[in-house]
Amino acid sequence: MSLLLDVRNLSVLFGGVLALNKLSLKIAAGEIIGLIGPNGAGKTTAFNVVTGRIKGSSGSIFFCGRDITGWSPSKIARNGIARTFQSIKLYEDLSVIENVMIAAHSSISYSFLEAILGLGRFSRDESRIRYRAFELLELMNLQELAAERASSLPYGSQRKLEIARALALGPKLLLLDEPVAGMNPTETREFGDFILRLRDNLSIGIGLIDHDMSFVMEVCDRIRVIDHGVPIAWGMPTQVRNDKDVIAAYLGVGFGTATGGHAAN
Amino acid sequence: MKFMGGFLKVTKRRDGTLTAFSIIVLLFFLFYADQNLDSYTVRILENVAIFITLAVSYNLINGVVGQFSLAPNAFLAIGAYTSAIFTLSPEEKLRSFIIEPMLWPLSVMSFPFAISLLLAGIVTALVAVMMAMPVFRVRGDYLAIVTLGFGEVIQVLANNFLSITNGSLGLKGLYPYTNLWWAWGFCIFTVFCTVRLINSSYGRAMKAVREDEIAAEAMGINALRIKTFAFAFSAFFQGVAGGLLAHLVTTISPSLFTFMFTFNLLIIVVIGGLGSTTGSVIAAVLVTWGNEALRIFEEPSNFFGYQYEGIPGMRMILFSVILILVMLFARNGIMGRSEFSWESLLQWFRRKTPALRV
Repeated sequence: MSLLLDVRNLSVLFGGVLALNKLSLKIAAGEIIGLIGPNGAGKTTAFNVVTGRIKGSSGSIFFCGRDITGWSPSKIARNGIARTFQSIKLYEDLSVIENVMIAAHSSISYSFLEAILGLGRFSRDESRIRYRAFELLELMNLQELAAERASSLPYGSQRKLEIARALALGPKLLLLDEPVAGMNPTETREFGDFILRLRDNLSIGIGLIDHDMSFVMEVCDRIRVIDHGVPIAWGMPTQVRNDKDVIAAYLGVGFGTATGGHAAN
Repeated sequence: MKFMGGFLKVTKRRDGTLTAFSIIVLLFFLFYADQNLDSYTVRILENVAIFITLAVSYNLINGVVGQFSLAPNAFLAIGAYTSAIFTLSPEEKLRSFIIEPMLWPLSVMSFPFAISLLLAGIVTALVAVMMAMPVFRVRGDYLAIVTLGFGEVIQVLANNFLSITNGSLGLKGLYPYTNLWWAWGFCIFTVFCTVRLINSSYGRAMKAVREDEIAAEAMGINALRIKTFAFAFSAFFQGVAGGLLAHLVTTISPSLFTFMFTFNLLIIVVIGGLGSTTGSVIAAVLVTWGNEALRIFEEPSNFFGYQYEGIPGMRMILFSVILILVMLFARNGIMGRSEFSWESLLQWFRRKTPALRV
């Protein structure tokens, strides 16, 4: 398995607040990595730095062997990192299919003059993009909503649409920020299966943030836990689940030591 | 999918035929107007065409890319001056530049009208590209203020670069090249190009930037680049429209291109519906033609035996009232963000005339 993302000693300073302190994270192709931690731990900040929205204070980010530290968000996206957002960011006033088609903008080969004149490359590219967008909507089971306005979709479908849009970019690495937030247990289970299928079929790397522990433990190959910006644990779900620091971070120190003490006894 | 593709192809061909047919009808009407209507009406028609051109290209920036720019008067001025400088003959330049002689290479240059228009468009687009870098560092209200400032700067420059613009005396005695054919020909060209652009991936990228810039960037769209491109694209058409306007009014001076010009265009695109090209066209026609039509309320007339003296300025009051009513009852403008399509028009006809349904 080839290494896709390699985050080395990444720190982010907001004024005087250390939002991330020397985070290291590796994601290989065909791997699902979870990033968990209590609220405000810096999980989304980590995604924002990797996708170029926030500049890190120190440390470096490598993607497919290239140093992408400090690249612009659009350049990083064009190089193969797609993401979804914690608060859904769709192009609300556009149709569902247009939302997906937009992500293919970087793949067009025609110039604006060809678009105006409607020359050969234009219609070939357009039908390719439209066809691909339909395929992705079918994959997410949204094909019947293709002509609807994105904002008129129910919450769960909006989440799915965001993933379809991210996949339209043709990414090597997909970063999902709380993909199952607001889904019921059945939907969450279906989504977990979907993610696993996605990884197997496309052999892409997936990084995900979520608070639904059973979901995270179920789908992730490895988990990185952070608390107040500090990475506190790294390992298989079973290891992380029983880690003393993780329990302390989630449930409080007193409880953590109590159970720890109990376990020691 | 396959069925859909075939269906799309058939409707595409039908739409193409209908569009071509309606353009031919428009051309016939223009031919008729050119031959039979008085010069006042023809002048209104020419104005309508220029305002459609301006509104459609302005809407690309304000409505489609969603960047609140107030720069069109600047683009218009640049286009008007560029084309006017290039069509005036060397003798005329010698005669009218009385304060300071014209700068050397410009003073002897003289081109046909068409080339001067093309140059006007290119120069304006280049200025837009140069401007985009500093201007698009800010968004929203701040962008409006910066572009507003740009319009003022251009006016000051036009007043003070005596050896290029002849200062506040302006450029006089331009040959009235602009006729119905130039105005409407370019108007149709602009609408065609803009609509095609909006319906391509470039247009989708522009809409993505309008809807959510962060999400657009996360999908690999370089927002600054697409904004700059849209700015230059619309500046090109506004520059050429400026050239057409200059050769319609035959005299240009810096005071012609005040902020009021931008303001009128803003009214047009907002009334039409920000983001809708169709709306911009409709509103441009209504506002330009309506402003003239309302003149009857300023003239003395006889209402059912009541002698009305005619109040100067009355049309502006009525215009304001109409504006307020439109904004009250159609908050998103006449068209909102929807566009005209033959399909919807045909469906509307089918509903209205069920007897003819096949």
